[in-house]
Amino acid sequence: MKAAAFEYRRARDVADAVKALASMPGDAKPLAGGQSLGPMLNLRLARPKVLVDLARIESLRQIRDEGDAWVIGAGVTHAELEDRPLAGCAPLAAVARTIAYRAIRTRGTIGGSLAHADPAADWPLALSALDAKLLLAGKGGRREVPAGEFMKSAFATVLGDDEILEAVRVPKLGASAAWGYYKFCRKTGEFPEASAALLLDPERRLARLYAGALHGAPRALDGVARAVAQGGARAASPDLVDAALERVAPGMGPGARKMRAAAVRRAIERAFS
Amino acid sequence: MSSGAAGGQGVGARIRRKEDSRHLHGRGQFVTDMILPGQREVAFLRSPVAHARLIAVRKPAGYEGRIFARPDMPEIAAIAAPSTLPTFKLSEQHPLAHDKVRFVGEAIACAVGRTRAEAEDFCELVQFDLDELPALVDSTKARLDRAVRVHEQWDDNLYLTLQMDNGFDECAKRADVVVKREIALSRQSMNPMECRATLAYWDERANQLMVYSSSQTPHLLRVGLARFLGLNEEKVRVVSPDVGGGFGYKCIVFPEDLVVCWLALRYRRPFRYIEDRREHLVAGANSRQHHYSLTAYASKEGRLLALDAQVTVDGGAYSNWPFTIGLEPGQALGNLPGPYEFRGYRSKVFCVATNKPGFLPYRGVARTGVCFAMELMIDAIARAVDRDPYEVRLQNLVRPDQMPYNNVARKHYDSGDYPRALKMAREKLDADKWLERQKRGEPDGRRIGIGFASYCEQTAHGTSVFAAWGLPMTPGYDQAAVRLTAGGGLEVRVGVHSHGQGMETTLAQLAHEVLGIDVARIQVVHGDTGTTPFSTGTYASRSIVMSGGAVVNACKELIPRLMRIGAHLLGCSQDEVKFEEGAVVGPKGRATLADITEAWYMRPERLPADVDRAGLEASVAFKPKVDTGAFTYASHAVAVAVDTETGHVEILDYVIVEDCGTLVNPMVVEGQTMGGVAQGIGTALYEEQQYDVNGQPNASTFMDYLLPGPTEVPALRVYHLETPSPYTQYGIKGMGEGGAIAPPAVIFNAVNNALDPLGVEVNETPLTPEKVLGAIERARTEKEKREAA
Repeated sequence: MKAAAFEYRRARDVADAVKALASMPGDAKPLAGGQSLGPMLNLRLARPKVLVDLARIESLRQIRDEGDAWVIGAGVTHAELEDRPLAGCAPLAAVARTIAYRAIRTRGTIGGSLAHADPAADWPLALSALDAKLLLAGKGGRREVPAGEFMKSAFATVLGDDEILEAVRVPKLGASAAWGYYKFCRKTGEFPEASAALLLDPERRLARLYAGALHGAPRALDGVARAVAQGGARAASPDLVDAALERVAPGMGPGARKMRAAAVRRAIERAFS
Repeated sequence: MSSGAAGGQGVGARIRRKEDSRHLHGRGQFVTDMILPGQREVAFLRSPVAHARLIAVRKPAGYEGRIFARPDMPEIAAIAAPSTLPTFKLSEQHPLAHDKVRFVGEAIACAVGRTRAEAEDFCELVQFDLDELPALVDSTKARLDRAVRVHEQWDDNLYLTLQMDNGFDECAKRADVVVKREIALSRQSMNPMECRATLAYWDERANQLMVYSSSQTPHLLRVGLARFLGLNEEKVRVVSPDVGGGFGYKCIVFPEDLVVCWLALRYRRPFRYIEDRREHLVAGANSRQHHYSLTAYASKEGRLLALDAQVTVDGGAYSNWPFTIGLEPGQALGNLPGPYEFRGYRSKVFCVATNKPGFLPYRGVARTGVCFAMELMIDAIARAVDRDPYEVRLQNLVRPDQMPYNNVARKHYDSGDYPRALKMAREKLDADKWLERQKRGEPDGRRIGIGFASYCEQTAHGTSVFAAWGLPMTPGYDQAAVRLTAGGGLEVRVGVHSHGQGMETTLAQLAHEVLGIDVARIQVVHGDTGTTPFSTGTYASRSIVMSGGAVVNACKELIPRLMRIGAHLLGCSQDEVKFEEGAVVGPKGRATLADITEAWYMRPERLPADVDRAGLEASVAFKPKVDTGAFTYASHAVAVAVDTETGHVEILDYVIVEDCGTLVNPMVVEGQTMGGVAQGIGTALYEEQQYDVNGQPNASTFMDYLLPGPTEVPALRVYHLETPSPYTQYGIKGMGEGGAIAPPAVIFNAVNNALDPLGVEVNETPLTPEKVLGAIERARTEKEKREAA
């Protein structure tokens, strides 16, 4: 299939992009790397009247060191994050490396992935666990949303019609922080069947555990996180993990639950190994 | 004899493929690359439901020349392929839906535009009324349903029923153990890299309909187009240019072909249709789906005595032309006994109409299914008698001293050492190493398993075999036309088509073997009905035997003619010369092919008075002495690791020991084998078109329909045995399909070996993580129940 006709506008800067989106609320759609939107256009599942191309906006392509955090422009590609490890944020390169295939990573962007909000995608999960903040720009100005609150449900976010995701602020980890990330994919490059991420950062008194690849947004497993922060990997007993998953995603079949529980336990094991 | 073995270019030589350069440089020429002046693109509006009466199709005013429905094209006859099989019922497939739609994706209307996008825009303007009917989705239920029928002129949903009983009762009564299993394969799309493509225009100069198609069988397509369009065959020319894989998907006449050709005839300008992946996945999900209820009767040592089989093939909505829906059940019936020696066989095969795309023969044709069923049974028998599946398999295989062997389904196995291939596969896998590791346990908790699967593959089936399947066409002799060119090169024309098989190289190697001409100077011409001799085409692992045999015969035909001219040029008698290494050699010198062709084409005054007036071109046919097929065979062996927490199966090692008779080019055989195994891994672990109760397919992109990629296909290790066929040129056997036959069987056997301690046995493709985990969970609860009781 081929896309239905649409108008193409290349935004010069963030203000220009916001203006273009605001001029046709609901009928304009921002285009970043196009790795998800492209196929949706061709399948005619997405039929915007106007496509606002963000790819040439220079400010979205910057990575800035703010001392205690990195601010990553929404237009930075997965490949750029894979190739440029950021001091104090080692998990970013590690996660980027596992996203889809290199060809997709070369085009796909961190902001595009977040805004697309696939429940099984890597960035919503990883950035929730890393306690990142997302910086949004719209007609009414700028606002900041915690990564864990950005995605409302599958393929739906808090972004308004006139808003774009401008950047992601990722706090740097403490010296003794531990990170565990696990995803189970049926084949290399596919979206995972089950995924989980754990951040233990004693200096910042953080223990954040998220399960991904659920029906909607990644969900925090706070009780399990607290238990492992205090008692180590062994504290994540199968029963504790199963019960926590049942609370955030009730009614899973036994196979689906088992797979997701394995992902959670393996993310925990990786943080301690 | 073989010039290849000595590092030459002939039979047995590992030379690189002539066709690779253009493909690796992206310079291939596919239908999709072709743009002709005034060309219009065609898009199809497809049914959103599986089963409904089509009440009306309405197009907006002003779109008469842009949107078309069935009533616009009365000149096209419905596709129907009669079969002479006794129980066969005929289906009729109209080029666009007529009275009913019978599967999701069936074309209802089409539109033409300057671009595909514009044509799709026009499709969106079409309105249609459907009166929905219950969908027949489950073939085992549809078989018994008489109230709801896919084809209402029938009294049930059975295309046909085949049966056979050879010595069953007598053999079964001697059994010590009886083993029953239900085994099933899911529905798949074939997924050639290039989907289907058709471009047609009226050639005013030739006064002929010119069709460029991605067909595997250009000559057959011409026959079919002429038949259903009501044209004389000489008014149609079909060219298959570069084609990106066929696998059986491209050897029939599709409704879309007829529509594109009709548009070209009606409007006298070029029209093109390119099937996209979504259309392929939805409207082309047409293969592999079999269900088996099997009962094996064996001795207490695991010796198979008799097999009772009930097989249901989910035939989908329409029977294709020309292979008919009968090919799949016919092969299931005849090939289920596999490479085994047993004497009692009772089998009944139902082919059932359902509301899915019509079944087509996919690489392996039924044998992937029968091998899966049979090999799982052999392992199940072994477990029932508490013996090693490898040993049980070995003792049941036909032995070399029994060759040629007529099996229980009256197949005539021509040659080979089946047990040797199995033994070698075990040895090459280093099975004992894996069993040791299995015993030790993995640090990561995964479970190791090994598995084996053996099969034999009927290749190059000839006239008598196809005649027995009742098809409206039967392959006979294949011809090749060869012509020496001035300067001593060679043109080889064949009616088959090469689209990944490497035949531009291997046919040249065969010609080189006879005439000694450098393969770089041999031009293989294929895929054009205007310039090549008739052949039914490339399918059923037949081309290298049939067309290859014809190439050999045609080249040999030239040799006496060359010797006569050569002797004259050398000033000696014909008795004094011989033909060797591409030259006529006499007592005092050599006449090269360049000398001889120079004389024939440019210097006829140098020719002898009694020169053969047939000149330096020959067209000769070939058909094997015995045409029941050359049986290639193989054993596959695999080691897997199963993650019992995620259900993931990883292939750790994969060994293939195959015997396709004399190897023409081992590298081509290995490439074909590896490609086939990759597809078989897809069948085993990934590929599936699922349907809901309404017959809605769940997968319409590669997001939902998984294919194995480079990281899922391990480094395959291929080893060769070489038992020549007694019936073919040089003892060559076909082998194009083999790789795709055994992988589901061998992988499932390995997984079942890994999970045996948990009491788990899986028997339905594909082996998804959910299925693995589900089976483990069921085995666990059953065990708990048993222990509680």
